[in-house]
Amino acid sequence: MTLEIRNLVKEFPVPGQEPIRALSGISLSLPPQEFVSVLGPSGCGKTTLLRIVAGLEEATTGSIELNGEVVDRRSSKMAMIFQEYSLYPWRTVLDNVTFGLEMQSVGKHPAREAAMKYLHLVGLDAFADRYPYELSGGMRQRVAVARALAIEPEILLMDEPFGALDAQTRNMLQKELLEIWEKTKKTVLFVTHSVDEAVYLSDRIVVLTERPGRIREIVDSPLPRPRDRTSPEFARIRRHVLDLISESGQPKEDLRVHPASL
Amino acid sequence: MRSPLFTLLLPVLLISGWEVAAHVIANPFVLPSLTTVVPILLHPFSPAYTLGSGSLIDNALTSLYRVAIGFLLAALVAIPLGIGMGRSRFMQDFLDSTIELLRPIPPLAWVPLALAWFKIGLASITFIILIGAFFPILLNTIDGVKSVKKTWVEVAETLGARERNVLLKVILPGSAPTIWTGLRVGFGIAWMCLVAAEWLPGTTRGLGYLILHAYNFGQTNLIIAGMVVIGVIGILIDQVFRAGERKWFSWRALER
Ligand SMILES: Nc1ncnc2c1ncn2[C@@H]1O[C@H](COP(=O)(O)OP(=O)(O)OP(=O)(O)O)[C@@H](O)[C@H]1O
Ligand SMILES: [Mg+2]
Repeated sequence: MTLEIRNLVKEFPVPGQEPIRALSGISLSLPPQEFVSVLGPSGCGKTTLLRIVAGLEEATTGSIELNGEVVDRRSSKMAMIFQEYSLYPWRTVLDNVTFGLEMQSVGKHPAREAAMKYLHLVGLDAFADRYPYELSGGMRQRVAVARALAIEPEILLMDEPFGALDAQTRNMLQKELLEIWEKTKKTVLFVTHSVDEAVYLSDRIVVLTERPGRIREIVDSPLPRPRDRTSPEFARIRRHVLDLISESGQPKEDLRVHPASL
Repeated sequence: MRSPLFTLLLPVLLISGWEVAAHVIANPFVLPSLTTVVPILLHPFSPAYTLGSGSLIDNALTSLYRVAIGFLLAALVAIPLGIGMGRSRFMQDFLDSTIELLRPIPPLAWVPLALAWFKIGLASITFIILIGAFFPILLNTIDGVKSVKKTWVEVAETLGARERNVLLKVILPGSAPTIWTGLRVGFGIAWMCLVAAEWLPGTTRGLGYLILHAYNFGQTNLIIAGMVVIGVIGILIDQVFRAGERKWFSWRALER
C-alpha cells in the first residue's frame, strides 16, 4: 500500500493577522514497508505533517492518498503514536491495547487474544493487568505501540515517540522498534529531532527546513541492519544530515518561498 | 500522622465543657445536659422520644428520600447539560450568561417561588434541593469534560471511534472523576438545603421538621439530637462518595 503525499500546504489562520504557514509544498511517496524519518528543527511542522497524514488536520491545499484513495481519520489502515503520553489512565494495559479493536467491533475474546499477542511483541505481557501509572515512560510508549499495532494498520505514524525518554531506554526502544518493523512489515513515517535516531532507523531521511517546512533534501540511509552507530559509514551519513540541518538554520536565497513556485 | 487519640482530644474537651456548662447554666432550654440528649440518640427506632413525630430513623429516611429525589433529578439534568456545554462552544456561549446569572442566587431564595409554583409538599422541597445540587454538578461536569485531553479523543478517532464511542469510552470515563466530585459537593449542599426546605409550612416529617418541631416545644435536647443525626448522615454519605472516589478514580491522583 503506497502512501502518497502531494504538494501539502498548511496554513493556520490567526485572527487579524497573516496566517501562520506551517508547511509549504511537501511531496513524498512511501512505498510499502519503507521506514522513513522526518527530521527538522522545532516548529518546522513535523507534527502538523503527521496530523494531516493521519487525517486529524485538514491540509490547506494538497492531498494525501493511500493507494489512490483519500484518507479518513477513522481508517484502520493507519495508526498514530503521539508525541505526548496518550494511554487511557483509567484502563489497564490490556484494555488500552484492546481499545482500537473495541472501536472496530471486534469481539471481546478475539480482541484480548490479539492484544496479548502484541503485548508479547513489545515484551509487556506480564504487565497486562497493570495500570499506566504503574509503568515507566518507556513501557508506556511500548503499550502505545502495541495499541497501534493491534488494529493491524498498514502504516504507522510516529511523532517523536521516544523524545521524552532517557538515552539508554531510547536506544533499546529503537532496536525493538526495528525488530517489530521487520516482523510486521509496516510502512513507518517517523518524526524525530534526533539525527542519530533518524540515521539508525530509516531507509530514507526527509530533512525539512525551518518553518514553513519544506523538504530540504531526502537522504538515503542504505546501511545494512543492525546498524553500528560507530561505523564510518554511519558517521558519514550523520555528518551529511547534520550539515543540512545547520544550513537550514540560516535561510538562504534559494530556500525562500516564492509564491510562484507553490 | 498523630495518634487518633489526639484528633479526638478537642471533641472530648468540647463535650466535657458542654456538660459542665449545662450544669452551671441549669437551664435545659438554653443548654440541655448530655444525659437528656444521649437517650434520644440511643433509641433511634423508638417514636417515644420525638414528641409524637415518628422515630429518628423514620425522619431520617423521609429526609434521605427527599434529598435522593432532588439530587437525582439535578444529576439527571446537570450531567448531560454539562457534557453538552463542555463539548460544544455553541452551547457554552448560549447558556453561560444565564447560568452565571442564576448561580449566585442561594437555593433558599427560591423558596417563595417554589411555593408559588408547586404549592406545599414534596414537589417544593424537591425543587429547592434540586437547585442546591444542580450548580456544583453542572460546573464540575463542564470542567471535567474540558479537562479530557485532546490527545485521548484523537487516539480514539485514529483507532476508528465514532462520535458515540468517543463520548461513551473517552469523554465519560475521562471526566468521571470530576463529575463524581461534583456529585459529592452537590449532595453535601442538597443535604444542607434539605433542613431548611423541611421548614416549609405543611411539612410533617423529616429531620429538618423535627428540630423545628422540637424548638416549638422548647425541647432543646431533641434539637441537638436531631442536629447530631443530620451531621452523622452527612459525614457518612460524604465518606461513601470518598470511598467510591478511591475505588474507581484512584488513577487520577496517581497519574503522573
Ligand atoms: N492549531 C494550530 N494553530 C496555530 N498554529 C499552529 C497550530 N498547530 C501548529 N501551529 C504552528 O505551526 C508550526 C508547526 O508546528 P508543529 O507542531 O507541526 O511543529 P513541530 O515540527 O512538530 O515542532 P516540535 O519539534 O517542537 O514538535 C508551529 O509554529 C506552530 O506554532
Ligand atoms: Mg511536534
